[in-house]
Amino acid sequence: MMSTKGMKKESMKLVEEPRIGVFVCDCGSNIAGHLDCADVAEYAKTLPHVVYVKENLYTCSESGIVEIKNAITQENLNRVLVASCSPRTHHPLFSSSCAEAGLNPYLFEMVNIRDQCSWVHMGKREDATQKAKHLVKMGVAKAAGLEPREEIESSLIRKIMVVGGGIAGLSAAQALSDMDLDVILVEKTDHFGGLLQSLGTLETGETAEDFLGRVVADVQRRSNVTAYTGAQVKSTGGYIGNYEVTIDTPEGEVTDKVGAMVVATGAVPLIPEGIFGYGNKGVVSLMELEQHLKNDTLEKAGFSGQRMVFIQCAGTRNAKREYCSRICCMTAVKNAMTVKKKYPLADVRVLYRDMQMYGAQKEQMLWDARGMGIRFDVYDPENPPNVEAGKVSYFRTVTGDDVSLETDLTVLSTPLTARQGTGELANMLRVPTDQNGFFLEAHAKLRPLDFAADGIFVAGAGRYPATATESRTQGIGVASRVAAILFKDKLVKSAIVAGIDPASCVGCLSCLPMCPYEAITYNKDARVCQINEILCKGCGNCAATCPSHSALLAGFKPEQLLAQIGAA
Amino acid sequence: MTDNILVLGGGIAGIQSSLDLAEMGFKVHLVEKLPSIGGKMAQLDKTFPTNDCAI
Ligand SMILES: Cc1cc2nc3c(=O)[nH]c(=O)nc-3n(C[C@H](O)[C@H](O)[C@H](O)COP(=O)(O)OP(=O)(O)OC[C@H]3O[C@@H](n4cnc5c(N)ncnc54)[C@H](O)[C@@H]3O)c2cc1C
Repeated sequence: MMSTKGMKKESMKLVEEPRIGVFVCDCGSNIAGHLDCADVAEYAKTLPHVVYVKENLYTCSESGIVEIKNAITQENLNRVLVASCSPRTHHPLFSSSCAEAGLNPYLFEMVNIRDQCSWVHMGKREDATQKAKHLVKMGVAKAAGLEPREEIESSLIRKIMVVGGGIAGLSAAQALSDMDLDVILVEKTDHFGGLLQSLGTLETGETAEDFLGRVVADVQRRSNVTAYTGAQVKSTGGYIGNYEVTIDTPEGEVTDKVGAMVVATGAVPLIPEGIFGYGNKGVVSLMELEQHLKNDTLEKAGFSGQRMVFIQCAGTRNAKREYCSRICCMTAVKNAMTVKKKYPLADVRVLYRDMQMYGAQKEQMLWDARGMGIRFDVYDPENPPNVEAGKVSYFRTVTGDDVSLETDLTVLSTPLTARQGTGELANMLRVPTDQNGFFLEAHAKLRPLDFAADGIFVAGAGRYPATATESRTQGIGVASRVAAILFKDKLVKSAIVAGIDPASCVGCLSCLPMCPYEAITYNKDARVCQINEILCKGCGNCAATCPSHSALLAGFKPEQLLAQIGAA
Repeated sequence: MTDNILVLGGGIAGIQSSLDLAEMGFKVHLVEKLPSIGGKMAQLDKTFPTNDCAI
């Protein structure tokens, strides 16, 4: 975003006589193919205050932008309207281009004649053209009443709180510390490492202990990481760049200020209560097998080297828990191979629905496992395997026969599930969770490590089941998302925010519950409601609710909107 | 050390790295072999799971 700071003084003055430039975009044939853009442009010339009109093949192209900029300087425009596509995608480009040409970016207005005309009225050229003219007329009416604004600036504290000291949180702390940022790492239990502490050997061949040990030691020797164990976040307040956090530590309460927060609280393997004979001797979860292998207690668990049967998707991909936990195919194969190596004569089988060994080397692992003599049989989820003391029976779908096998140890590959207490933490930070209780990122593809709330990020298995490698990658990735904010000198944000006029506000509080961002507070002394501009996202709920019209949203004031509607 | 960074490949990974680095204040040179950036994503219409337009 181009800052409005340092712009010419004149550009901030309220300009009395509007000089509006209108740019009508053909979008190739996307708009011009379905309505008459030339006619719309001709019409725009007849509208009040319009002194310049241009039809562009693509207004957003380099040449289109140059035309806007040139017109601003040559025609002395003090308002610009672009009639093109969605403001959601293109408003930032056009308004910042205006700013580059010296026009206050808040004097830019946009109407969407693509989605609202050429797309929805495709095949009705005349109607689409008429509607485009109406929208341009409305846009011009609103543009005439726009006011210049100055972007809002606030300070940034170059310190980050990371919640959760598993591999994701540790990796985030390492990477942030490498960038010379201060980190507070908060771990609930007495030890760092999370789930990895319970694992034996990773699929890479390295022991989890060695892998984790290196990372923990490295984090602990860093002077810019303050690490707390046995600690929990008690409360958080404030906003991006300026959060206030209170942490309960064994040494007492600690209060600090941070600029951003990272949630890396991990996940927990499901304990398969009530399914596949769990609880009987000889039936364990995959996590328990992992620990028996780590501690060399497999025989104590009942395994005599005869037969081990893994059941995949135990307790998941069903009506109650629909998701795939991703890591269990790989971890089951890893452990089946470890067992087969140790007990070459043992019959090791994996009963599965479909093997999801994503990643090039993991698929090879599956073939290697088959090569070692580990058997893989498909089972039908409608007719799942039956586990009794010392016996597993199943219908083998490929050959169509019933199989019943004496089994020393049955291993239930259960999913990683959302940690209990995720909801409370989510509420405290005001971030969402998904239908399975995992933290929900802002966008599955474009913003996988951000929360929708500014300045709060997520990494690791708390977001969705992930391998240790993926959790570490996400932890490191989060550091660059954080740095993209905190490396700046100050936070600059859009001035499209609401304000409440204390002279007319009667403190009725009706706006308070309407604000989804908790940006409004009641000032008891002044008996008025007040808006925190940094927290405000400019949704306009308060302005629409306020009975005394004291709450006003910049760029969408009643007189601006009424002018627009009046032109319809 | 200079503040210039070279990013090779203008697919979604290269573009996102460039954007984050630029936000951090580095000068980024994004180099793509083809005439336009976007890579595989740009060739897709709708992408799973959000089903929004990939471009
Ligand atoms: C049986 C099994 C075998 C596996 N084998 C492999 C393998 O071979 N290779 C591989 O790559 N991955 C493997 N994994 C996956 C691996 O364990 C996870 O990817 C990894 O542990 C996830 O790390 P994390 O930091 O996201 O979460 P976690 O390890 O769960 O760590 C989260 C941390 O946050 C802390 N915490 C939680 N809530 C709070 C709170 N409110 N405040 C403060 N702290 C909190 C927890 O105490 C914990 O220390 C396996 C998993 C299982 C179950």
